[in-house]
Amino acid sequence: MGNASSMLTQYDIEEVQEHCNKLFSQQEIVSLYQRFCQLDRNAKGFISADEFLSVPEFAMNPLSQRLLKMVDGLNFKDFVAFLSAFSAKASVHHKIEFIFKVYDADCNGKVSFNEIIEVLRDLSGPFISDEQREQVLCQLLQEAGYTRNSQLTLDDFVKVLGNSGIKMDVEVPVD
Amino acid sequence: MSGAALLKSSASELDLDRPNIEDYLPSGSSIQQPTAKLRLRDLLDISPTLTEAAGAIVDDSFTRCFKSNPPEPWNWNIYLFPLWCCGVVIRYLFLFPARVLILTIGWIIFLSTFIPVNLLLKGHPKLRAKLERFLVELICSFFVASWTGVVKYHGPRPSIRPKQVFVANHTSMIDFIVLEQMTAFAVIMQKHPGWVGLLQSTILESIGCIWFNRTELKDREIVAKKLNDHVQGADNNPLLIFPEGTCVNNHYSVMFKKGAFELGCSVCPIAIKYNKIFVDAFWNSRKQSFTMHLLQLMTSWAVVCDVWYLEPQVLKPGETPIEFAERVRDIICARAGLKKVPWDGYLKHSRPSPKYRERKQQSFAESVLQLLDNK
Repeated sequence: MGNASSMLTQYDIEEVQEHCNKLFSQQEIVSLYQRFCQLDRNAKGFISADEFLSVPEFAMNPLSQRLLKMVDGLNFKDFVAFLSAFSAKASVHHKIEFIFKVYDADCNGKVSFNEIIEVLRDLSGPFISDEQREQVLCQLLQEAGYTRNSQLTLDDFVKVLGNSGIKMDVEVPVD
Repeated sequence: MSGAALLKSSASELDLDRPNIEDYLPSGSSIQQPTAKLRLRDLLDISPTLTEAAGAIVDDSFTRCFKSNPPEPWNWNIYLFPLWCCGVVIRYLFLFPARVLILTIGWIIFLSTFIPVNLLLKGHPKLRAKLERFLVELICSFFVASWTGVVKYHGPRPSIRPKQVFVANHTSMIDFIVLEQMTAFAVIMQKHPGWVGLLQSTILESIGCIWFNRTELKDREIVAKKLNDHVQGADNNPLLIFPEGTCVNNHYSVMFKKGAFELGCSVCPIAIKYNKIFVDAFWNSRKQSFTMHLLQLMTSWAVVCDVWYLEPQVLKPGETPIEFAERVRDIICARAGLKKVPWDGYLKHSRPSPKYRERKQQSFAESVLQLLDNK
């Protein structure tokens, strides 16, 4: 499937659909494949970090470096699986799990105080001081019933974010 | 909303060089305003930023500008297929050789007159310039004939006079040939390697074209100076600039560089729209060399395009060169039916400046701090 000129067969599409729990329609997968080939300029079968950064809208994103660690070198199947969290059909739990993974940089299933601070640093850059960031986060953690030393689990994330009506849908353009 | 005002003023200070990108992009990275009090969920919910990132991965307006459209196949049934095959035979075995012949004859005529004119008429600069102008127009007509260019020109033909500059949208180097066959423009262009570069440095230089290397900063200053000198001269050929600085696929238009708009002269917009019925005239320089692009054009049925010479515009009082450039871009886009995107075409070769990211970070930081104050 690495070849840019090759077409997806029905089997390929179904296989990819299984892999992403049918969160994308067949047409959407065809569109995503075209996009994948477009970004994979040298037809290597995966998209390198440099190719992702050639999209200015992505390169400008404050979280792009963090996301790059997750998407660098993905083949098409995993690329679709990665994006499936943004499907309108994906459950809130799925979306929160994705957010959790973005926070959980060391992939140990727990998010520490420092990991949250790191993400906040990406998001706010030099416009909030380190002390202020820590102070704000400490305060908010306490208000929510946690402390500076608590390790947040996925369940905690679901509890905090679960009923806030997360909007995280990306429409795949289909022609 | 002092926070928002503050953000706006600092944003405009950040970036004097280009149109405000935020005007075009969906804004979503800040925390929803109605919440009166900052809560943990507001801080942890990074979904707006993630959605933007994923949206850019799935589709983005920048890469769309440089996407070449594959030809629509029409050989899909048993009746059409033989016809299509006939077409291929005619195009490659008859049209193509005939066109090569036309081009060769053109070059023979051109070179056999241009070289003597250039060498012998040194004493009569006016006559020499006039003849050279004519010959360059002639060879460009041969080029246009070599792809059976069906070009419709609308509006008055450009005249030679000082203090005016022509700007056009840019799809391929053939834009230049199409415009040149009517009027010998002096053009500002990127230096190219190979035979194109050779033409640039010999023949085209004689009609006043100016070349530069877009990666060389020093070149830019020199070019700016040459530009200024050129537009002041009464007898110089009219100046043509492609302010996008790169070829775009004729469906979109990228940011106009402001250079052409701060010369203090009137700007005459030219809109060029290609009809894709036979061939896509977009030159995707990443995918093919200019020679391959020309071959593609020469093996197609015809290149159909419309050229509009639009009404000259001058800088309005109180208008900055950037606003002026945007206004002229509006005029061209409206005429040629192009969609506007805010991107700098040079992003093809470089990464966006960290300023844009910082602006997003600033707006996030300000919304957090503002919510904090509300407590």
